[in-house]
Amino acid sequence: MRFVLRRLGFFVLTLWAALTLNFALPRLMPGSPALAIIANHRGSLSPQALKVVEAQFGIGHQNVVSQYFSYLGNVATFRFGESLTTQPGVSVGHIVLDAIPWTLGLVGVTTVLAFILGTGIGIVSAWRRGGRLDSIMPPIFVIMTVIPYFWLGLILILIFGVKLHWLPYFFTYNITLTPGFNLAFIGNVLQHAILPAFTLLITTIGTWILTMRNTMITTLAEDYVRMARAKGLPGRRIMLDYAARNAMLPNLTGFAMSLGFVVGGAILIEYVFNYEGVGYLLLSAVNNDDYPLEQALFLLITAAVLVAILLSDIATAILDPRTRGAR
Amino acid sequence: MATLAPGGSGGPGGPGGPGGAAQSGQPATALTPGGGLMPQAGGISGARSLRRMTRAIRSNGKATVGMALLVLFCLVALFPGVIAHDDPSAEIYGRALAPSARHLLGTTAFGQDIFAQVIYGARPVVLIAIGVGLLATVIAMLVGVAAAYLGGAWDGVLSLFTDVLLVIPAFPLLIVIASYLHGASTAVLIAVVTAVSWSYTARQLRAQALSLRNRDFLEAARVRGERSFYIIVVEIIPTMTSLLVASFLTNALYAVLFSSSLQFIGLGNPNTVSWGTMLYWAENEEAFQTGQALWIIVPGLCIVALGAAFALLNYAFDEIGNPALRPVRSMRGKRVKRAR
Amino acid sequence: MVLEVRDLSVEYLMEGGAVRAVDGVSFDLEPGEFLGVVGESGCGKSTLLFAVAQLLVPPAGITSGSVVFRGQSMVGLTDRQLAAVRWKDLSVVMQSAMNALNPVKTIAAQFKDAMRAHGMTSKQEIADRSAEVLRMVGIDPVHLKSYPHQLSGGMRQRSMIAMALLLTPELVIMDEPTSALDVVAQRSLMVQIKELQEQLGFAVIFVTHDMSLVSHFSDRLMVMYAGRVDEFGPTRQVFDSPQHPYTIGLMEAFPSIRGPRVPLTGIPGSPPNLASPPPGCRFAPRCPKVMTRCHEETPELYHVNGTLVRCFLHADGGADHD
Repeated sequence: MRFVLRRLGFFVLTLWAALTLNFALPRLMPGSPALAIIANHRGSLSPQALKVVEAQFGIGHQNVVSQYFSYLGNVATFRFGESLTTQPGVSVGHIVLDAIPWTLGLVGVTTVLAFILGTGIGIVSAWRRGGRLDSIMPPIFVIMTVIPYFWLGLILILIFGVKLHWLPYFFTYNITLTPGFNLAFIGNVLQHAILPAFTLLITTIGTWILTMRNTMITTLAEDYVRMARAKGLPGRRIMLDYAARNAMLPNLTGFAMSLGFVVGGAILIEYVFNYEGVGYLLLSAVNNDDYPLEQALFLLITAAVLVAILLSDIATAILDPRTRGAR
Repeated sequence: MATLAPGGSGGPGGPGGPGGAAQSGQPATALTPGGGLMPQAGGISGARSLRRMTRAIRSNGKATVGMALLVLFCLVALFPGVIAHDDPSAEIYGRALAPSARHLLGTTAFGQDIFAQVIYGARPVVLIAIGVGLLATVIAMLVGVAAAYLGGAWDGVLSLFTDVLLVIPAFPLLIVIASYLHGASTAVLIAVVTAVSWSYTARQLRAQALSLRNRDFLEAARVRGERSFYIIVVEIIPTMTSLLVASFLTNALYAVLFSSSLQFIGLGNPNTVSWGTMLYWAENEEAFQTGQALWIIVPGLCIVALGAAFALLNYAFDEIGNPALRPVRSMRGKRVKRAR
Repeated sequence: MVLEVRDLSVEYLMEGGAVRAVDGVSFDLEPGEFLGVVGESGCGKSTLLFAVAQLLVPPAGITSGSVVFRGQSMVGLTDRQLAAVRWKDLSVVMQSAMNALNPVKTIAAQFKDAMRAHGMTSKQEIADRSAEVLRMVGIDPVHLKSYPHQLSGGMRQRSMIAMALLLTPELVIMDEPTSALDVVAQRSLMVQIKELQEQLGFAVIFVTHDMSLVSHFSDRLMVMYAGRVDEFGPTRQVFDSPQHPYTIGLMEAFPSIRGPRVPLTGIPGSPPNLASPPPGCRFAPRCPKVMTRCHEETPELYHVNGTLVRCFLHADGGADHD
């Protein structure tokens, strides 16, 4: 329990660091064009939003310290101001909330799938070593991990979208349809999600496979695996119960650390497919110089990653009896 | 891709190997960091491990391929004019031409020779990769080793700083920083990507330095009266050669991917010729729809190839350091089938 | 005869070539017999053990010879074919219980695994038997619910032994089970093992580098050097009147608590590199009684008063042929 609390404290600290980064960056960039742009758009903001933006970016008349505390206060009460250019006048919170479900669906499901599949393949690949496949597959997995997310997306669009016309590759659903919980709409959404999901799957699965394979190989050399053989246990049981269960543990920590990269990849993929999730929004905001929106999204992404890491830490604590007593 | 466990030594066990292996019935796995390279005098190990590494590279298929690719791209980056005879930025040719003998890969929507662009585009990417690889490794080493060696409150502060930076998602942070810069040159890209990547390997280096801290040969140096700085530079760092090489490769790899991605979304300087910016323009001009698939395919393949070079070398080093990961030779040739 | 090993050889396929860790070892084991196998680190005794139990992992493999356990040949069988015999008739105790026990499973779960794999399905039966074996080694059955890291070193070691006895095997192979314990715990564990052995009647092959420890408990003693058997005979005899210069050297390296003060003598030099072993007798480079012949020919095992000795000094005793 203390372990979880300590981690929570660390995450709060990290969030605070991200916030401070957000605060500091516009002020650190020499002759920042950001301020000029914001100053240009002040007119379109409502009075409350104006106050929030002033505190965030240092325009206006307060001194830095009070700006900082106003800023922190605003964030704590979820006041992020309004969008400057993407959807002028609309509250940032609103825009972000609209995008979250799409990303959660795409990235959440695909990541879990990639993790499960990748781990499974890694386990089997380590268990069945020594064949001819074993010398070819790992380098292939390695190459899979270096394919740029966005480029693979483009290639898949070329093949399945442009040349074969099998799958759609723009937006989250056909804009002529009206959203609703009916089969036609949901089916359409899923259709649009296939290519982005597939791209994300292929580019991320390589990492899971390789790290699981590596830890599994090390675990298979352990004495307790040899003991399991000596006891005459069936092969599947040894592979899963003795080897995989132990090999998993360092991978859960690795899962947490790799999340940062998965998020990065998701952003690019959403961009390539014009999939209107959080990542696409972030890049639109960047391209439109919509700084309030951009900052809020950055915080959201950071918070999401932290939550995922916390969850995997809890999972490790549950699965590894050694961490429970010691903390 | 380096494993997340802070392991990875530079070589297999020495002459004592077979004896130890016979004892436990297991291969002599050097699982302790630097375990395979622990001679008594710390300073010599740097040269010895370098020699071992070159020998190891030649014997490992993946390493050879990786090394060959890397050398190839370095040569292309150094001498682009030798291979491509056109000015990559000159918009003087016919637009969107198909590949021909004159234009090996065709031309862009603006009338530039794609082949020339690909060749000249290698230089910024290789520069960024090597620049970030070296810079990030140096910073990671300084922070990691200092934290491990100084211990106590210093370690706490440095580690906390590293961990926080590590956990904040790298690519979004990169995007945010770049968005305030409005067009990053190569040097700026190096600085920014380094700032975001060094924390990952700093953690590994600190872990290894910690495990080395209590080794006998360091104790001997302390007893001799050597100063901390000397100990760190002359004794500890050479023993960590293998992990430093792994760190360089990892950081270089991420630099290639990160910088290309940034350029692709338009946050680099779109006027430089680089694989990432090529893809940016290609996408802007809807290259697929207009039948200029090569404009997108080739730069992407180059990124994959350069990335693969670093990744394969990294993987090969993992195998070299941890013999358990190497491909298993079958015993079929020598095994007795059925006893009497 | 519980176990017949003939001419067993094990090689490790390393980068530079094959290394023969066990070279032509033969021995028999009677039911209920306690055989001690001693030697320096790297002499091949642990490899021999794992070879007998068919637990070798690549790059190690049996390259020649036979292992016949209760009339059934074991070499070359797959894990699935061996499963019927494993643990039920032949069990293993390893050196470090901390490494040999699965850290994420309770003791009870690990016991249950073994029993379920051999057809025991009744929960009650499994629970009863688990408690019974723990009591046999002097552990309170309440510890069945514990994880390995929650037990003390001695208790872990004992639970491993208890686990080995779950299905009352005919032969228990032990690889230095006491090396990780302190001297007092070592002795009490040995006494316990011997008692259990006499009670349940299983045979034991006990590998260790501590000759004096095992000599109080073993019926026969086998001394290994550089992958070969150098001396093999009834414990008392080997201990009191060693014949091989290596065994003699080992004896003289142990000081005696009683008796006059004698300066300690070791054996100069170090064991050979098995990747390129010396020709002829492998002990020749270090032997105080070496002859020219020793560097050229390999001595066989010769009979000397009921022991087998691999030394030309006793060649007239007549070679031991199977």
